[in-house]
Amino acid sequence: MRILNLLKVAYRSLNRNKLRSFLTMLGIIIGVASVIAMLAIGEGSNQNIKASVASLGTNSIMIFPGANFSGGVRQGASTTQTIKLEDVDAIATRCDLVNHVSPVDQKRVQAIFGSQNWGTTILGVRNDYLTIRSLTIAKGSGFTLSDDHAAAKVCVVGVTVVLNLFGDENADPVGQMIRINNIPVKITGVLTKMGQNTFGQDQDDIILAPFSTVQKRMMSSSVYVNSILASGISEDQISDAVDEISSLLREKHKLAPSDDNDFTVRTQSDISNIFGTISKVMTILLASIAGISLLVGGIGIMNIMLVSVTERTREIGIRMAIGAKGRDVLIQFMIESIVISFVGGIIGIALGISISELVAKFASWPVVITLSSILLSFVFSASIGLFFGWYPARKAAALNPIDALRYE
Amino acid sequence: MADSENLITVKDLTKTYRTGDIEVRALSAVSLTINKGEFVAIMGASGSGKSTFMNILGCLDSPTSGEYLMEGVDILGRNKNELAELRNNKLGFIFQSFNILPRTSAQENVELPLLYNNKVAAKERKEKAFNALKSVGLADRINSMPNQLSGGQQQRVAIARALVNDPIIIMADEPTGNLDSRTSYEIMEIFQKLNDKGITIVMVTHEPDIAQFAKSNIVFKDGKIIANNPVKDRINATEELKKIKTLAEEKAST
Ligand SMILES: Nc1ncnc2c1ncn2[C@@H]1O[C@H](COP(=O)(O)OP(=O)(O)OP(=O)(O)O)[C@@H](O)[C@H]1O
Ligand SMILES: [Mg+2]
Repeated sequence: MRILNLLKVAYRSLNRNKLRSFLTMLGIIIGVASVIAMLAIGEGSNQNIKASVASLGTNSIMIFPGANFSGGVRQGASTTQTIKLEDVDAIATRCDLVNHVSPVDQKRVQAIFGSQNWGTTILGVRNDYLTIRSLTIAKGSGFTLSDDHAAAKVCVVGVTVVLNLFGDENADPVGQMIRINNIPVKITGVLTKMGQNTFGQDQDDIILAPFSTVQKRMMSSSVYVNSILASGISEDQISDAVDEISSLLREKHKLAPSDDNDFTVRTQSDISNIFGTISKVMTILLASIAGISLLVGGIGIMNIMLVSVTERTREIGIRMAIGAKGRDVLIQFMIESIVISFVGGIIGIALGISISELVAKFASWPVVITLSSILLSFVFSASIGLFFGWYPARKAAALNPIDALRYE
Repeated sequence: MADSENLITVKDLTKTYRTGDIEVRALSAVSLTINKGEFVAIMGASGSGKSTFMNILGCLDSPTSGEYLMEGVDILGRNKNELAELRNNKLGFIFQSFNILPRTSAQENVELPLLYNNKVAAKERKEKAFNALKSVGLADRINSMPNQLSGGQQQRVAIARALVNDPIIIMADEPTGNLDSRTSYEIMEIFQKLNDKGITIVMVTHEPDIAQFAKSNIVFKDGKIIANNPVKDRINATEELKKIKTLAEEKAST
């Protein structure tokens, strides 16, 4: 009975002060919506980065020449050449924990077909490379072991190369001869389209050729290898695989126990850790922006509540003068604040989700809406709304009715 | 008169305001008895303590020291909730500045005390509020907002609000202070009718002619009561309003 009356009182009060109710709600709406949208965008790019890193192959191991290789980035232009093809063969035959291994030579080249000219990257690899990177052939076929032994002039191309040399992504270039750095090479297959990676790099702008073809015909050295890509037999034993490779290479390179490695071994998880750090920084950044939005929303709520304190204190004075108890006033104000916070919170959640969806749709940005962001923003904004609804009311309700009426 | 007739008894009521180092003694040892059915007008110079006294009588403020009995029951020992109940169902307080809720219809303003009264059922509420508004002559304005009402009409809403819980006493602090004399007389007519029904009325006023509608006049000076006299030639508001009306008609016809 009593609570029903107070519900009625609160409802009339909200209705009577539509603008104030709306502005308070707005603070909550902005806070909640922006946090949800920010964190959805942040979390989306995080997962996107993770996916790109995972596409390197979950168990993959990379071996680079030189010891001065840190943070996944070569320090300066390394001219060190310490890894030989025989190291690759040794890894393939002697490392039990490694199941695939391929040398990788990389070079910028000009590819020409007819009058079309296109600058791209050629990778000299063995078939294992495709397995490790989970690459597949969409048209035609890949190259064989005998192609490698013969340094055959064959290659597999990405769709961007097809587009630029043949004028159409969907053209069928299998069997066509193109010239790579003036060497005629036959296209045996086209790679399945991969699209851009997280950093906007076009992963389809590539030519793959047998390792020995590239090494013997296009590289200056026919002994050394740019890098090695390998994969471990299982994710759990990846660090054992790294140890196995390291000791094998130390033995082959005849390093004394006091010498540093003249090569660097990185696993896919090392690299994903590096990107993990990047995405953590990004999340912190977005979380700070979200925090600021919450704060701005919170200050908005607080301002509206505090500005209306004078009017509300008088109102409380009137109510107490005609017989409202302190408790009645507090319950009324709590009901008002709860309604505002919850309605505002729900609108904020809906708006936040819509903004995220719009970003996903129109900016083609991956978004992931997390429950924790919804809860965090909702609880925070609602608490501010409740506190600033309740606190001035509590202060006013503690006054003598006459002091509340006289309040300025 | 018998003791049971005593509605309000105050003894040595003192109120001291302290602002910083300055002490203002607004009331010094005021003693007074008001009987049931009285109609008291409180007069006195500005700053003499009338409002302070009324606020204490109306349980809106508490004195620094003294005694206050209503119907023989001690008031000052009661807690806030009991005082709120008292204000709700025994007292009706009317302010000079109306103090009705803005942006709230006359009907809803008058319903307000009923919403804080557990004994009134929801279905009675509308009717009670309407009857109170009707008794102050606002039956046709129940849905009007305060900003659509004249000062006199707003004060009548405030009176209806004070009446709606059937109080035993009405306290009014300069109820006609913001109104012209004709409207003031209309308010006095309402007061006299309520008083005739047995409701005790205590009212502060600055205007001697308004005080003439009461049954007795009390004069305050420097926080003390210096006079308490029955009114000799009491004016009847209904007759007075008739006179004014005929006078105006005569004027219009000439
Ligand atoms: N809240 C307060 N704080 C400090 N002093 C006050 C307060 N209220 C009233 N006073 C002082 O108490 C004295 C009595 O004030 P009160 O309002 O009772 O006078 P009043 O007789 O109603 O005057 P008026 O006819 O002008 O309304 C005055 O000197 C006033 O300054
Ligand atoms: Mg006064």
